[in-house]
Amino acid sequence: MRTIKAGTISKAVSELCIAANLVLRKDALKALGSALRKEVNPRAKSLFAAIIENANIAKDERIAICQDTGFPTIFVEIGQEVKIKGDLKKAINKGVELGYKKAYLRNSIIADPLDRARLGYTPCIVHIDLVKGKRMKISALPKGFGCENKSRLKMFAPTADKSEIKKFIVETIKETGPDACPPFVVGIGIGGTADYAMLLAKKALLRDIAQAKTKLGEELLREINKLNIGPMGLGGETTCLAVNILTYPTHIAGLPVAVNISCHALRSASAVI
Amino acid sequence: MKRIYLPLTGEIIKNLHTGEELLLSGTLYTARDQAHKRLVEAIKKRKRLPLDLKDQIIYYCGPTATPKGKAIGSCGPTTASRMDRFAPILLKAGVKAMIGKGRRSAEVVKAIKKYKCVYFLAPAGLGALLSTKVRSKELIAYPELGPEAIYKLKVKDFPVIVGIDSKGKDIYK
Repeated sequence: MRTIKAGTISKAVSELCIAANLVLRKDALKALGSALRKEVNPRAKSLFAAIIENANIAKDERIAICQDTGFPTIFVEIGQEVKIKGDLKKAINKGVELGYKKAYLRNSIIADPLDRARLGYTPCIVHIDLVKGKRMKISALPKGFGCENKSRLKMFAPTADKSEIKKFIVETIKETGPDACPPFVVGIGIGGTADYAMLLAKKALLRDIAQAKTKLGEELLREINKLNIGPMGLGGETTCLAVNILTYPTHIAGLPVAVNISCHALRSASAVI
Repeated sequence: MKRIYLPLTGEIIKNLHTGEELLLSGTLYTARDQAHKRLVEAIKKRKRLPLDLKDQIIYYCGPTATPKGKAIGSCGPTTASRMDRFAPILLKAGVKAMIGKGRRSAEVVKAIKKYKCVYFLAPAGLGALLSTKVRSKELIAYPELGPEAIYKLKVKDFPVIVGIDSKGKDIYK
């Protein structure tokens, strides 16, 4: 067994929350650069330049990329040969608090969803997965709620064909339009159960957009970019930077399809302990 | 790009057209979901408001905490449609303009036309860049709401696009 102390976990989570919120992901920045180069609409072109400038200011001035520093969501893969000294969930939440306070990020979490009282930085959302080995991988995905509000799930019939699924996904993006800060990165979860498909859709956003390409994803990307939504919804060649898809086996009676949209500020950071 | 010095007058608003890009300098007040709920409740109960809304601009924004040595933290616009249910009442109470991101309801467009107001779009998801256009931030009301409190912002050359002008022309239609 290998022992990892709670304090080490808190420190790692704190650093990941700061890195994710202040430094735009390299793959997203690269995709924005190529969107800028191929854009022909003058307003969209200047907006792409401004999005890249915003990322540079955030990194250089140590200020959050977006004021919505998200619902801190932490994915943990724990090797089964790891023994944790201390309370894992407490350590993760402590790390979130530390990082958010240190980098002047926003306290957007309300303790009671109905009475809207008691504002804070935590609790965060923690997804734990047990894997082989003696390492621990932590990923922070602080996604804003402008785009989270546009999430969709549809339970298709098992006999549905691909064109019906594609139509549902493209329609979801069309309805979202300018409200969720396009150009988007779209996370898709196909299969599993209702809840598991939603989790897959979010997890898909963690994947490097240059490496996560699939045939269906590329087809969807082309169709979505024909919508001419563009940055701020004011038109343009690029409405979507990438479509990341994760699939899982499902039941003979169903076909869940989940959509989780990220705004252009696709933020996440990972570390292995 | 046209420079506008605030407060907005009827004359200025009349000459603003949907799609125009502007740079605003002067005073804005932040307010989002919970502050809107409270302001509208106060108006309905005829209670005294924590600020004079006449001729003011409401910016739908909940900034991050202010880093040391800076005037404000990251401060981009939030989704305007969540404020649609409150906006007509605030426009009736004297608010002249709103700044946010995204589409507005038919009721809001109708109220904009009726009270001769304007809806501006601020560049969405660019909170770090917009923070460089803010000179000061002062707490005005509802401190317990944290980032959702009402703050008075002094801005210089704050970039916006006219989203809905006083004739009701909508950039998304």
